[in-house]
Amino acid sequence: MNLIYPEFEVARNTERCTKCGICVKQCPNGVHALKVDPTTGEQKLAADDSRCVDCQHCVVFCPVRALKIVKSGNVYRENAYWAQKTINEIHLQAEHSGVLLSSMGSPEPYPVYFDRILLNASQVTNPPIDPLREPMETRVSLGAKPKTIERDPAGRIVNNLGPQIELSLPVMFSAMSYGSISLNAHESLARAAEELGIMYNAGEGGLHESLYKYGRNTIVQVASGRFGVHPDYLNCGAAIEIKMGQGAKPGIGGHLPGTKIGADISRTRMIPEGTDAISPAPHHDIYSIEDLRQLVFSLKEATDYQKPVIVKIAAVHNAAAIASGIARSGADIIAIDGFRGGTGAAPTRIRDHVGIPIELALASVDQRLREEGIRDSVSLVVGGGIRSSADVVKAVALGADSVYIGTAALVALGCRLCRNCHAGRCAWGIATQDPELVKRLNPNTGYKRLVNLVRGWQHEIQEMMGGMGINAIESLRGNRLMLRGIGLNERELEILGIKHAGE
Amino acid sequence: MREGQIRIPSGCAVAGVIDRLGRRFSGEVIIRSIAAMRDRSNGLGGGFAAYGIYPHYSQWYALHIFYDHHGAKVDCEQYLKQHFEIADQSPIPTRHMQEITDSPLIWRYFVNPIPARLYRCGMDQREYVARSVLAVNRQIDGAYVFSSGKNMGIFKGVGYPEDIARFYRLEEYEGYCFTAHGRYPTNTPGWWGGAHPFGLLDYSVVHNGEISSYDTNRRTIEMYGYSCTLQTDTEVIAYIVDYLHRAKGLTFDEIAQVLAPPFWQAIEEMPPEKRECAAYLRSTFASLLVNGPFSIIVGFSGGLLALNDRLKLRSMVVGEKGDVVYFASEEAAIRVVEPEPDRVWAPKGGEPVIVAQAGGTER
Repeated sequence: MNLIYPEFEVARNTERCTKCGICVKQCPNGVHALKVDPTTGEQKLAADDSRCVDCQHCVVFCPVRALKIVKSGNVYRENAYWAQKTINEIHLQAEHSGVLLSSMGSPEPYPVYFDRILLNASQVTNPPIDPLREPMETRVSLGAKPKTIERDPAGRIVNNLGPQIELSLPVMFSAMSYGSISLNAHESLARAAEELGIMYNAGEGGLHESLYKYGRNTIVQVASGRFGVHPDYLNCGAAIEIKMGQGAKPGIGGHLPGTKIGADISRTRMIPEGTDAISPAPHHDIYSIEDLRQLVFSLKEATDYQKPVIVKIAAVHNAAAIASGIARSGADIIAIDGFRGGTGAAPTRIRDHVGIPIELALASVDQRLREEGIRDSVSLVVGGGIRSSADVVKAVALGADSVYIGTAALVALGCRLCRNCHAGRCAWGIATQDPELVKRLNPNTGYKRLVNLVRGWQHEIQEMMGGMGINAIESLRGNRLMLRGIGLNERELEILGIKHAGE
Repeated sequence: MREGQIRIPSGCAVAGVIDRLGRRFSGEVIIRSIAAMRDRSNGLGGGFAAYGIYPHYSQWYALHIFYDHHGAKVDCEQYLKQHFEIADQSPIPTRHMQEITDSPLIWRYFVNPIPARLYRCGMDQREYVARSVLAVNRQIDGAYVFSSGKNMGIFKGVGYPEDIARFYRLEEYEGYCFTAHGRYPTNTPGWWGGAHPFGLLDYSVVHNGEISSYDTNRRTIEMYGYSCTLQTDTEVIAYIVDYLHRAKGLTFDEIAQVLAPPFWQAIEEMPPEKRECAAYLRSTFASLLVNGPFSIIVGFSGGLLALNDRLKLRSMVVGEKGDVVYFASEEAAIRVVEPEPDRVWAPKGGEPVIVAQAGGTER
């Protein structure tokens, strides 16, 4: 017996419903069923609300718009301390024991600093620039910048710039492994990255052989499980990322259940079929910063110093000090993942209670690296909660060289944030390995939707830059005078390094 | 509120004149030129940089210092005596004028680092002087060094530029190069140090514009040991020029490419060697790109660099007559002193005009 009343209710408009049965076929959770009334012999569509996760797939695909999903509305006695959700979670654990699991980024109502920062625009003393009339450059290059200018005997500057990543705009698709998402989702990301002139990150599950051709737009990841890591893999990508942490689950590793390890994933990850893929919490060869340095240089040796190395960490309390250490460890780029960052599966308590907002981590890391005079020796990439072009502009103005987007990219592919990735029955064909479901995501349309989204953002970024009188995004990076806080206290303003609106 | 406590945007007029052969002429020329653009300033700031004016002390750093009060002078002179040999010190000659009020004490010192001290700290001479200037401006309340180059001097204050020139008796100086600035701040600062030109060592900058990349530039240059105490665009541009030329050894042509780099599309279309260099400078010094409207004239020993922002959102006209080159925000300011120039043109956005005498630049 399930002690918890369903959270959602399927509302079916019987006047519109034609009983076509599409909803029955579309729902991977078996919510809808076509039943025959034993007395009248009439066909009837029924719904088992308890199975519904509100993924919206049936709603979107119902040809007559007869469906919508509503909150069930059943309420417990009001209690300002013991929320209904809390009570339900206790029932769940009392029933099944174990760790509560969740997916995607934390939905809890913590402050969103992006929404408390406003942008500037030019008036009178400084003209806004019209991006439709004038060049508006969003191109960035990521990687360490040289400390000294060298000249040949003829006095010409010697190109001593280390390996860089070139991006047409400061947006990349963040790490999502093959396994946590489907091959069709991966292919959509890869093709979109190629067309957009940006990068996607293959994540920690290796790289499927069919995607090697997108190597120039691929960041390959090396995580604690070392899945699918071999020389060809490292040399295929444009950059290598060492994953030390993830914003959704700082301090813990990952677990892809054996049920998802089919033949293809097994080959790509280089692990036996059907075994659980476990990423340990630490890299067992990195127990401190000097070990990290050795891995950074091992990877550089393996790739002949041709690839920039990214070190990705979760945004945690002492991120600034950690980043400062990483900047001195041979890394070319530091990626910081905020606590709103998504995941295919994480313990709920970790996801909702560990880590800090990316805005604060970014501001303090950028400032610390400048105070120590080492900001030029690394680029900063931030992810974990970037929802729109406005977030991108604010992140760059706070000091980021580029952002990673993960959740926003999945939403472009169809995701409605039902946050049930861990169940592996994603109706949109994204977070699943079920061949029937995977087929639902067509890479031909998927990649176009991603391209549309990012191009749209690019136009918006250009409009906002133009309004500020800036025609090269380099001039926005770290330009905190373009930002003002709204409704923030002095301490928050100090950490963000910005003034309050009106100042 | 004065510069440093608040950021004050301003519009302006700039002018410059240089003799390529290094022949010296009176400051009268630049005064008449900038006076022609009186309606581009509002009486809240004017100033001049003059090169080649101290031939008798050409091997000494000429420090021009504002003192708010006598106590500042005592403190500052104590600092100077500790750090420098002083060849000469005197008030800068001025004339009493109705238009100019509230002038601070204005003194001039010809100095060189004390050799033993210089040797002990292991810096080169220019680094030593630059750091000392920055230290005085940061640490000694009421003292402000506004000029610190060899055989050059900055003269500035609150007033219309032509009045400031008469106040300083600029027409009595002879130099091979002058720049000028008339200020139109959108606020009412009453502080002489906030006027232009802004200088460090022999670099001086006059600037018309309001840069939108200010905080990016400031936070970057402060990482290299500068502190932007005035919060003005001109200050940050002067530090960038000093950093790129003195610390990084870039040529003025390369510096212009950092301040106003070609668009990426133009870089892609360059021949390979040029492209590599342009892409290198742009990637390496991305945070020193100066964005938003500006026209600047950078003075240095033996030369001038004039540059507009990449879109040319501020005016800048150049005129040539024989070996004399004129720069001004408006053509009228050139024709008023040289009615028949051989050539007058408006350089494109991001296209530098560099006039340098052979062997002119002190390194």
